Amino acid sequence: MDNTKEKLLEIKELKRHFKVDRKNVLKAVDGITFDIFKGETFGLVGESGCGKSTAGRTILRLYEATAGKVEFQGKNVHSKKSKKELKNFNRKMQMIFQDPYASLNPRMTVKDIIAEGIDIHGIIKDKKERTNRVNELLETVGLNSEHGNRYPHEFSGGQRQRIGIARALAVDPEFIVADEPISALDVSIQAQVVNLLKRLQKERNLTYLFIAHDLSMVKHISDRIGVMYLGNMVEVAPSDELYEDPLHPYTRALLSAIPVANPEVERSRERIIIEGDVPSPVNPPSGCRFRTRCPLAMDVCAKAVPEFKEYKNGHWVACHLYDKDHQN
Amino acid sequence: MKKLLEVNDLSVSFDTYGGEVQAVRGVSFELNEKETLAIVGESGSGKSVTAQSLMQLIPMPPGKFVGGSIMFEGEDLTGKSEKQMQRIRGKEISMIFQDPMTSLNPTMTIGNQIGEGLIKHQNLSKKEAHNRAIELLELVGIPNPEARVKQYPHQFSGGMRQRAMIAIALACNPKVLIADEPTTALDVTIQAQIMDLMRDLQDKTNTAIILITHDLGVVANAASRVVVMYGGKIVETGKVDEIFYNPKHPYTWGLLGSMPKIENKDEELQSIPGSPPDLSDPPKGCPFVSRCPYAMEVCKNHMPEYTDVSNTQKTACWLTDERAPKVEIPKSAVVGGAKIHG
Repeated sequence: MDNTKEKLLEIKELKRHFKVDRKNVLKAVDGITFDIFKGETFGLVGESGCGKSTAGRTILRLYEATAGKVEFQGKNVHSKKSKKELKNFNRKMQMIFQDPYASLNPRMTVKDIIAEGIDIHGIIKDKKERTNRVNELLETVGLNSEHGNRYPHEFSGGQRQRIGIARALAVDPEFIVADEPISALDVSIQAQVVNLLKRLQKERNLTYLFIAHDLSMVKHISDRIGVMYLGNMVEVAPSDELYEDPLHPYTRALLSAIPVANPEVERSRERIIIEGDVPSPVNPPSGCRFRTRCPLAMDVCAKAVPEFKEYKNGHWVACHLYDKDHQN
Repeated sequence: MKKLLEVNDLSVSFDTYGGEVQAVRGVSFELNEKETLAIVGESGSGKSVTAQSLMQLIPMPPGKFVGGSIMFEGEDLTGKSEKQMQRIRGKEISMIFQDPMTSLNPTMTIGNQIGEGLIKHQNLSKKEAHNRAIELLELVGIPNPEARVKQYPHQFSGGMRQRAMIAIALACNPKVLIADEPTTALDVTIQAQIMDLMRDLQDKTNTAIILITHDLGVVANAASRVVVMYGGKIVETGKVDEIFYNPKHPYTWGLLGSMPKIENKDEELQSIPGSPPDLSDPPKGCPFVSRCPYAMEVCKNHMPEYTDVSNTQKTACWLTDERAPKVEIPKSAVVGGAKIHG
């Protein structure tokens, strides 16, 4: 791993809790630490309810952080800001949402949807420039200018996702959080959108946080991957390394659970099937949160929370198996 | 191998404001004993409509049956009345659905939902049905079945609901189980559990399974034969190895090419340009013509006949015609030996 890379974001001990009722708190994100380098794609994976989407939204300050810090180019995202400062920040960070049916206002034309950010940030001078800019964006994402005057319902899922991408690009951001941008699409359309995202990254030197549960697609698009379980980050590694040498038992189980589109491989492979379901994040297990489903759990796992540390260069893991004191 | 189910030239349409949508346009396939047949395709390819037709679950209207036959044990299901079908559903042919939350009854206990079919089809008493329900829950791997049998669906997690659905579907030992995207709504680790369970149960009960899915990984994992659907038609069918290692139809190539390969990531994914055809005005010729990189003049107006690639593999593509140019399978669609963990 290249350590000289410039850090674009530093996430430190970030927490986001939600009050469920008077007594209970749902710890959706509970102390995650990682960096995102400029120009890379950081993939964030985990099962539903692991807090990956909440993490993405908290990083963008769509949610306020309960504790911890997010630094974007050295500046604290969650610090007190005037409206103007906040606007400046928002321009640099954008989001692409999962559901292309729910994330576009059905009463607005595609042109107005895409230009909304441009208008708010006062980037352009007159109407003509606005139209030109929108048309340019539509072409960038593989639609044509005639589409600008239509409404979202006239488009297919893949086309809508392209509109969502154009909207995110409109204000020339540096960092984009893509929250399951392809999960709602068919396989052949998924490939179109992934190729588009990759091309745009190259052309515009964008940095992505790519949130997904489909590990094979995440591996394809990401430079580095973080694996979350029940509000914690359990492993972070360069994507090739994560696949070749997964350290955490949860990562291993997750990788082994992905069905591969190759019958011979499927027949010959031994799956690690982990028992049971994800426990409730309102009342998570003590110590290591994965211990209730972990095939390798030891006594210490119930007592102490494993520390998240760098096991080898660029490969971080939170598991007692890699603690020197606890190894047999 | 005994044929259980034979579908001949099945066509189903829906009347909508936008005109008649021809969802399934002449589909023929058969299902043998003890096998798992996967029907693969994208949304709108007609795979779910085909499956629902087998159970006569298409709401009519707006749906209408246009033609063809569904032979099950020598009888044509298409001519059956609702009453006759009720004797077959759940007993001979069962179905599990994609979303276990909306397909279970929220106001009934899990035990009563499993017992419903047993009381109706096997004339068990309430008490016997209750005990059988406990056995079935245990069979599908739900811990503490005595307590669980009295609970309601909302007290179950997603994976457990799908297990309960499987218990309901298998209660009367059906000969055919139709699984419509049974794992799509579940997380990967739970998906692995459910696929494992279905394989286990199939070994025990010898049920033939029709697996409807869009996930080629699931197909490779579970299927013995594959039917590839596109635009309401079957474009290719064959044994699972034939479809993955010797595919002949450009759409199958496209599907295989769109899957990210674990071993190489720098290559661009081979996407299929464009989007599926509008079935209210289906193309006259091959349904894939507008997205096919090898499309020829003839493809526009004439639907290709099925060509036998082997005894078990058939494809509907003009490229197999001797007058067509020779086309090699693109590199992106070649499924090689991948390096896998676990």
